[in-house]
Amino acid sequence: MRINCPVCGERDYTEFRYGGDASKPRPAHGTRDMRAWYEYVFVFENPKGPHREYWQHVMGCRQWLVLERNTATNEIAKGKAS
Amino acid sequence: MPRLPLATRYSAFSLARHALSGAPWPRAWRKPEPKSSYDVVIVGGGGHGLATAYYLARNHGIRSVAVLERSYIGSGNVGRNTTIVRSNYMIGGNTAFFEHSLKLWEGLSHELNFNVMLSQRGQVVLGHGPSQMDLLARRGNIMRLNGIDAELLDRADVMRLLPYLDYSSRARFPISGALLQRRAGTVRHDAVAWGYARAASALGVDILENCEVLGFVIRDGRMLGVRTPRGEIAAGRTAIVVAGHTSHLAAKAGLKLPIESHLLQAFVSEPIKPFVDHVISFGAELFYISQSDKGGLVFGGHIDGFNSYTQRGQFPKIQDVAQCAVALIPSVSRLRLVRHWAGIQDMTPDGSPFICRTSIRNLYLNGGWCYQGFKATPASGWCLAHTIANDDEHPLNRDFSLDRFEKGGELDEFGVGNWTYKQ
Repeated sequence: MRINCPVCGERDYTEFRYGGDASKPRPAHGTRDMRAWYEYVFVFENPKGPHREYWQHVMGCRQWLVLERNTATNEIAKGKAS
Repeated sequence: MPRLPLATRYSAFSLARHALSGAPWPRAWRKPEPKSSYDVVIVGGGGHGLATAYYLARNHGIRSVAVLERSYIGSGNVGRNTTIVRSNYMIGGNTAFFEHSLKLWEGLSHELNFNVMLSQRGQVVLGHGPSQMDLLARRGNIMRLNGIDAELLDRADVMRLLPYLDYSSRARFPISGALLQRRAGTVRHDAVAWGYARAASALGVDILENCEVLGFVIRDGRMLGVRTPRGEIAAGRTAIVVAGHTSHLAAKAGLKLPIESHLLQAFVSEPIKPFVDHVISFGAELFYISQSDKGGLVFGGHIDGFNSYTQRGQFPKIQDVAQCAVALIPSVSRLRLVRHWAGIQDMTPDGSPFICRTSIRNLYLNGGWCYQGFKATPASGWCLAHTIANDDEHPLNRDFSLDRFEKGGELDEFGVGNWTYKQ
């Protein structure tokens, strides 16, 4: 799989570190509702189709990216810096 | 074993009779038309689903059971794994559960009247340094305290047992010793699916192949049945046992789960003469290798590292796994791969599975098996059957609940933390 880094250009995915689902909003700092934290940390949409996710270009510019990848085909729309 | 009519019971006598008569063997399981209603409907005709159906009939006398399979029996992960069985677990509910599974494996061929070819060749988990040997000793001690066999080997023992590993001064990860479980080994995976299907069918279970579940019938928080292309099927109780697509199917029932689907690749080399007599697990990376009866080396490594349903592995992972193989056994460097595949598996945030009730009445879940689904097959079916029959978990699977993350009951065997893609 190849990922298009907005800074460095198209690179192999092995240069990147996967960072999980980017569509889940993180509960506000200090949120006491444990249910909200549980859902943020442990529960996944896990869609078969488009998935917005974080990747970090650890072997390159170290920029965190958000990109949309289709989990049924691994097709990646152009990524953008997060 | 169910009382099969003599003609269909497998034995040396029936083998000879068929050889002499030349008559074709009868179907191993019936091919019924779906009924409009069952006491229990199991979605998913893999190893776990079929085992569940068998133990429902065998242990609990519930014979009005249907197993609904989207494709054909054995087409999923039960036929796409590295066939290893073992019980070297050390945390909470895992230890006793996997030992129960290994005990069921030990009697399974007789139980099912079907040779699942259990080969207890022993599993060797290598340690590469003093701290790793301490961890292996701890694991071994916990196993022995639970009545499970475990032996700690030093470097000289490993050299005698596995002379073909790299013990040279150039070895990237010098071998310090190992933990050996002699009762661990391999099982012929397809035979597990076929054996359970045949035995369950003989007890009256309807196995409905090519019958995909498109949706569920839920009213007032109660599961009433499933929708299929062959019509609606009413069910007293329903279980989802569809590893890989668990989230996908559970979403149709309105459930969101602590599961992500990831790819795990496995590899088979060209066949060679008997060479690797044990199951070997590398300690420096996640890598495991054994040799099949046909002579191919069967091995695998980590998941690819990001969620995917593609069933197509990434090439860099093939390189990683091949590097592990050569670092461990230099003499395999020129072997060619003949087969390689990627299976979809449920990864959970703690690497442990679910066998439990759900928030919907009469809906039960079996999934989230991560790397360990195959070895768990008998105990998984045994426990889910108990859970369905009694509408309550058995002590063996009480820790595999869906709400364990909310209650601080994670079963993180390797202490990885809440990252599905790192488990």
